[in-house]
Amino acid sequence: MSPPDAASVSATGLSGEAAARTWQRPRLIANAWIRRAAWGGGALYLIVAVATLGVDFERMAAGVPRAAEFVSGFFWPDFTTRGGDIIEGFIESVTMTLLSTVIGVALSIPLAIGAARNFASGPVYLVCRSIIAVSRTFPEVMIAIFFVVMFGFGPFAGLITLIVGTVGFLGKLLAEEIEGCSTEQIEAIRATGASLPKILVFGLFPQVFPRLVGLGLYRLDINFRESAIIGVVGAGGIGATLSTTLNRYEFSSAAAVLVLIIVIVLLTENVSGFIRQRLI
Amino acid sequence: MPVREENATKVWQRRTPRGRLALWAGWALALAVLVACARQISEGTLWVFVADAHRQAADLLARMVPPDPGYMGVLWRPLWDTVNIATLGTLLAVAAAVPLAFLAAKNTTPHPAVRQTALLMIVSSRSINTLIWAILFVILFGPGVVAGIAAITLRSIGFIAKLLYEAVEEIAVDPVEAIRATGGSPGQVLTYGIFPQVFPSFVGVSVFRWDINIRESTIVGLVGAGGIGLQLDASVNALRWSQVSTILVIVFLMVVFSEWISARVRKAVL
Repeated sequence: MSPPDAASVSATGLSGEAAARTWQRPRLIANAWIRRAAWGGGALYLIVAVATLGVDFERMAAGVPRAAEFVSGFFWPDFTTRGGDIIEGFIESVTMTLLSTVIGVALSIPLAIGAARNFASGPVYLVCRSIIAVSRTFPEVMIAIFFVVMFGFGPFAGLITLIVGTVGFLGKLLAEEIEGCSTEQIEAIRATGASLPKILVFGLFPQVFPRLVGLGLYRLDINFRESAIIGVVGAGGIGATLSTTLNRYEFSSAAAVLVLIIVIVLLTENVSGFIRQRLI
Repeated sequence: MPVREENATKVWQRRTPRGRLALWAGWALALAVLVACARQISEGTLWVFVADAHRQAADLLARMVPPDPGYMGVLWRPLWDTVNIATLGTLLAVAAAVPLAFLAAKNTTPHPAVRQTALLMIVSSRSINTLIWAILFVILFGPGVVAGIAAITLRSIGFIAKLLYEAVEEIAVDPVEAIRATGGSPGQVLTYGIFPQVFPSFVGVSVFRWDINIRESTIVGLVGAGGIGLQLDASVNALRWSQVSTILVIVFLMVVFSEWISARVRKAVL
């Protein structure tokens, strides 16, 4: 911590009264009025926000026995009653995850090159950047609604949704990686008279490959998580099973699905973390 | 280095024959898995609907454009609710995550057993998506904003606590030692030795999560947990596509705005 300067010594100290110099921590916002206004504004917002919540206490009280039921269901998850549905949902989720990640990564590579300032310019750059911006802005579940309308219920709509999400995510991060590449290796390949594909393969690709693998594995994680929820709007996967069991108040079966989701998420997270650590 | 003899000249090769074989086997295996996945999905798909998709898409677009600006008047309240769900949820999550992070960090935890419990709580909170939390809380609390706030809170606790405890574990020990050497109590060590070091990342993480939560709070309404998602669900179910596109425009603007705020705050603090 810095030694006390004029600003952080209390006013009494400056006025010269004996032995009254006390040290104070420097404030985050130095101006007292701005600080008070910020606190006041924050408090006002909180009061208004909480006042307009519209809490239905009777309904919440009615939920307490259900909460007990759910918690007890969670301690005895029931894997067998809906075993067939659960297995089917999981196979669907896993296939959606794998396929969407591979296709998404494949599509995002050209998009990322088009969205990197050092490789693309003008209309190509703008088009690629807009595709990335749009696919990143909306939550996957919202995108899934539209694909369900277009392609009908089932895993295909979910697959397309996850591909769109993957392309936006990887497109942005990979484009940033490409923009941060060292130009010397690319210049060297270009100086040999190589064509653009050769520049990309020998100059650019080796530089971004570890990051590409890392991001791809990370996205595999995310895609599995997402595949567990887009079923709520009808896009297939374990989410469909989960929302069915919950809508029927079959809490022990729902708990079984949740336990499996947590286990698989932890497993993929650890495996992908391990691989990323070894690769990078 | 694998070298092959060809007409008495040595030709350098990148891989040994065995390595090449393993590589090809790997690719073949990966391809087989992908084909199996594709078949699995194809079995669950009604291809008649997919073949019809381009007409559905054109139809959808024709109905969505232009958006219905008159619908805006109905949207102010859900919009306010959405922002509240995200903000109050983030605040509650921060309040719960800070003590949890200090319990989970190796250098500040009172006991290894406490640490393991805290880590378990963080992991369970993180593994369950906001939307699933929302479904649970709608069943428990009934439909409404409160369920949304609870869902956002529980999902965010794990996120904030994880990033925060990693920051706590990375602090420099010198300031902590210095405060302790002056005879500071554990509370004073925390406020003067540790807290100033993690404050920037603490603010950064919180604002980052708030930005994510704005996005998430637009969808918790789909399962009944309040906010603009309720309106979206109603409009989609009623096939009022011009209202849907109005909502999409609003969500887009809100997300862009929150991203801008979060980027500015993080730039100012970090």
